[in-house]
Amino acid sequence: MNETPEVFTSQETLAACYRRVGVMSLIILLVLCVLGFRLWQLQIVDGSRLRTLSEKNRLRLRRLPPMRGLMHDRTGRVVVANRPSFDVVIVPADVQEMSLLLHKLARYVPDVKDLGNGNLPRNLRRPAYEDIVVARDVSRQTLVAIEAHQMDLPGVRIDVSSKRYYPAESVAAHLLGHVGEVNNTEMELFSGYRLGDLTGKVGLEKAWEEALRGHSGGQQVEIDASGRTLRVLDEVRAQPGRNLILTLDLELQEEAERALAEVEGALVVLSVHTGEVLVMVNRPAFNPNLFARGIRRSEWRQLLENPLHPLTNRVIQGQYPPGSTFKPIMAAAALEEGVITPETQFRCQGGLPFGGRVFRCWKRSGHGRVDLKQALAQSCDVYFYQIGQLLGIEKIAEYARRFGLGRDMHIALGHAAAGIIPDAAWKKDRFGIPWYAGETLSVVIGQGYVTATPLQMAVAIAAIANGGTVYRPAFVTQVLGADNTPIQTYPPEIVTQVDIRAEHLQTVREGMWEVVHGKAGTGRKARLMDIEVAGKTGTAQVISGARGSAADAPRRYRDHAWFVAFAPASDPEVVVVCLIEHSGKGGGKVAAPVVRAVLEAYFRITQHSSEESHGIRQATHRAF
Amino acid sequence: MGFDRRLIEHFDWVLFFLTAGLLSVGILGIYSATYEGAGYASPWVTRQIVWVAVGLAGMALAFAIDYRHFEQWAYVFYAAALFLLILVPLIGSFGGGARRWIHLGPFSLQPAEFMKIGLLLVIARFVNRYVPIEGYGIREILIPALFVALPAGLILLQPNLGTAVTLGLLFLTLTFVSGLRLRSLAVLGLIGSGILPFVWAHLEPYQRQRITSFLHPDLDPLGAGYHMIQAKVTVGSGMLWGKGFLLGTQNRLDFLPEKHTDFVFAVLAEEWGFVGMIGLLLLYGALLARLIVIALRARERFGLLIAVGVAGMVFWQLIINIGMNVGVLPVVGVPLPLLSYGGSSLLTMMLALGLALNVSTRRFLF
Repeated sequence: MNETPEVFTSQETLAACYRRVGVMSLIILLVLCVLGFRLWQLQIVDGSRLRTLSEKNRLRLRRLPPMRGLMHDRTGRVVVANRPSFDVVIVPADVQEMSLLLHKLARYVPDVKDLGNGNLPRNLRRPAYEDIVVARDVSRQTLVAIEAHQMDLPGVRIDVSSKRYYPAESVAAHLLGHVGEVNNTEMELFSGYRLGDLTGKVGLEKAWEEALRGHSGGQQVEIDASGRTLRVLDEVRAQPGRNLILTLDLELQEEAERALAEVEGALVVLSVHTGEVLVMVNRPAFNPNLFARGIRRSEWRQLLENPLHPLTNRVIQGQYPPGSTFKPIMAAAALEEGVITPETQFRCQGGLPFGGRVFRCWKRSGHGRVDLKQALAQSCDVYFYQIGQLLGIEKIAEYARRFGLGRDMHIALGHAAAGIIPDAAWKKDRFGIPWYAGETLSVVIGQGYVTATPLQMAVAIAAIANGGTVYRPAFVTQVLGADNTPIQTYPPEIVTQVDIRAEHLQTVREGMWEVVHGKAGTGRKARLMDIEVAGKTGTAQVISGARGSAADAPRRYRDHAWFVAFAPASDPEVVVVCLIEHSGKGGGKVAAPVVRAVLEAYFRITQHSSEESHGIRQATHRAF
Repeated sequence: MGFDRRLIEHFDWVLFFLTAGLLSVGILGIYSATYEGAGYASPWVTRQIVWVAVGLAGMALAFAIDYRHFEQWAYVFYAAALFLLILVPLIGSFGGGARRWIHLGPFSLQPAEFMKIGLLLVIARFVNRYVPIEGYGIREILIPALFVALPAGLILLQPNLGTAVTLGLLFLTLTFVSGLRLRSLAVLGLIGSGILPFVWAHLEPYQRQRITSFLHPDLDPLGAGYHMIQAKVTVGSGMLWGKGFLLGTQNRLDFLPEKHTDFVFAVLAEEWGFVGMIGLLLLYGALLARLIVIALRARERFGLLIAVGVAGMVFWQLIINIGMNVGVLPVVGVPLPLLSYGGSSLLTMMLALGLALNVSTRRFLF
């Protein structure tokens, strides 16, 4: 850059600018004249017309909120809907005598009584031009009374709005979620929300917010002195949200909720060949309608402070040691790695000495000589301790992860827990100390550091049942427009293949069949009349070494009971996973009967519907 | 820098009183726009008065130091403003869907405003020191163009279209007056229209809506179009003599958005009518004329450019703001100089006028 102020004299450079300044002055003068002309146009030429508009007419801008999309279950039943709600609104600008009006209004609306005796909110006392809601969601009687006396109540308006409605009350509450008023963070993050707008807070309501919410429209209306709409000058219609078809089967969900009514726990039903979630039960539950109508502080506190955590979605967020339900996965791993064959036998004497202590089998008297299928059927811990030693922790972790355990599945239902599949690197990272060989023995029977969510277990068992495909759990099959034309369809999504030979998975399935149908099986309570079931029991210790911390122990120390199953055993359609928290009893005792009830309901419902649609009764399923 | 008696003898009272007059009109406008009934003190009026006091102090400071020192320190001012601007996305706070403010106790600053001063100083310094014989072409103004592009880009991201556009116009004004070749001006225009689709693609939906509804108000008579229609109704309903102070019904019934900031002109137009608004335009015209006189009387180029730059700042914001109030320009959120509520914009405008006072008064020192 040349800094050459000496090239020109100061006067010369100045003179060069003067002409341009002159041009600029002309532009300024011209533009000011244009502005003056425009003012003359508006204020003089159009003045009286615009004055009339401003004084005689009362224009109002009304926002038309969109109708939120509905949710249907897989059979088309409505599970999330909208209902009308009526608010009583006062338009101060159209009220002649506020105290008189409130006095009159109190006759019809009980809530208004308190406002009369000098208890007016601040915004009613000073001149305000904003509408004031004096009673929300009033009853039909109130509504009728006000409509009938409309002439006597100038400045009172009834606003109809739409409220979210969950007809099945607490059924599938955690899956469906609920809506609430948008908060500051959400308004900053997403555009197009205003204070008081509703937005999905949890569950599908939140995860599918974009599809469900729609776009608001507006109305420019002319009103008379008493607040009645004279005419709509202009309107932009609100675009309703989109409707969802869920994978949920409401009838089966209701049956499952009944089967789990008395306990705390979780249950999930998955379609084996698609990953569709047919049922998701969480107990205890809550009623989402409380949130839809605006939850009271006391109700909210009750939900939050309940020690049983009714708001938690245990199916996707509860991380529990899988216990013996982990064994089918370990069996498949051992076969695939060739460390055992289906015929390999080990002797169980009630425990296995290892590294200076004895690792006990749940059956203190021992199982004697057992092969793999019997080890699964009777849930022999010693057999799996042997497998664990042969596999080593790294192989155990590798296979468990192939089945989708220990990782985030990225499901379309918000954040799901990933669970933990430990290995040496994980422990070094987490605690800074090396892996001990004894810990491998805990891991192989699903104890120790291992945790998984009920949904993850369902996905893993489904992979065993379907020949090795890990599906991403799906909740929505279709998004429909407001007129129910399909907009998007979601086909099954495969996360990965477990890459294990078919005959090995077949061996594991046969072992799981023994669990339910074998003479010594631990899951015999899951048997159905005419359809064969394969399953696995599990009892997850909450505190280590205290096996049998049974029903008499304090609740929080009692064992969790698991039962995982698929049916029909020979040609699996569904997986059911049930977890009962702190039952203090084995999975075979308390969880298996629940799964039985759900499977029974499943086959009753599907047979019924297939009879209806095809008139064909499928032959009784037979195993192998 | 010793005290010079001539500073008092030659003090530019004309510019000072024009400024004071416009400030008073502004306070009346804000008072009316935020009036809630007798006996109710509007916090906006109080705050604006505090800001006027702060602005007067700033103006005194910008006046007291010989403006040629500002030339030497131009890059420091620019860097400081740029630093604040970079802080905005890091520690700034949200408001109305954009991130523009830095909170300092009870007040919040809008660094984009201060950038106007920084930019005015660096560009004036640059074109003062670098005078090519052939006049300025595109290549010669590449560096000042970068000075603009950097903060304008940051400001667009906030997003704040109005201030970014103001910076660009300030740059054009200064380079035009210092002798930008007309052919290069045309090229700049072409480049500008080339950038336009890019800017358009990066606008927030609400900004796009404002512009489309300006071009086709019938398409959207409710959202952004509603505000435009209401602004026109408000201005027009003032007629010849206005409805009288505090008697504007459009104002009272809250038909206008942002009525103490972006739409304070409409509030005044409704209550003071055509006569009042022509008076206001004359007042602004006189201020601009005075600034141009100061420019023409300046004894050297930097002083001339400062005065021209300040005139440009006032002029562009004036026409963008009034333009959107009377429905001839889209709503882009530019404050009306010295009238709109807003601390940072007021302080910036008063600092700029302090610089002009400085140039005007010190012309006798040469």
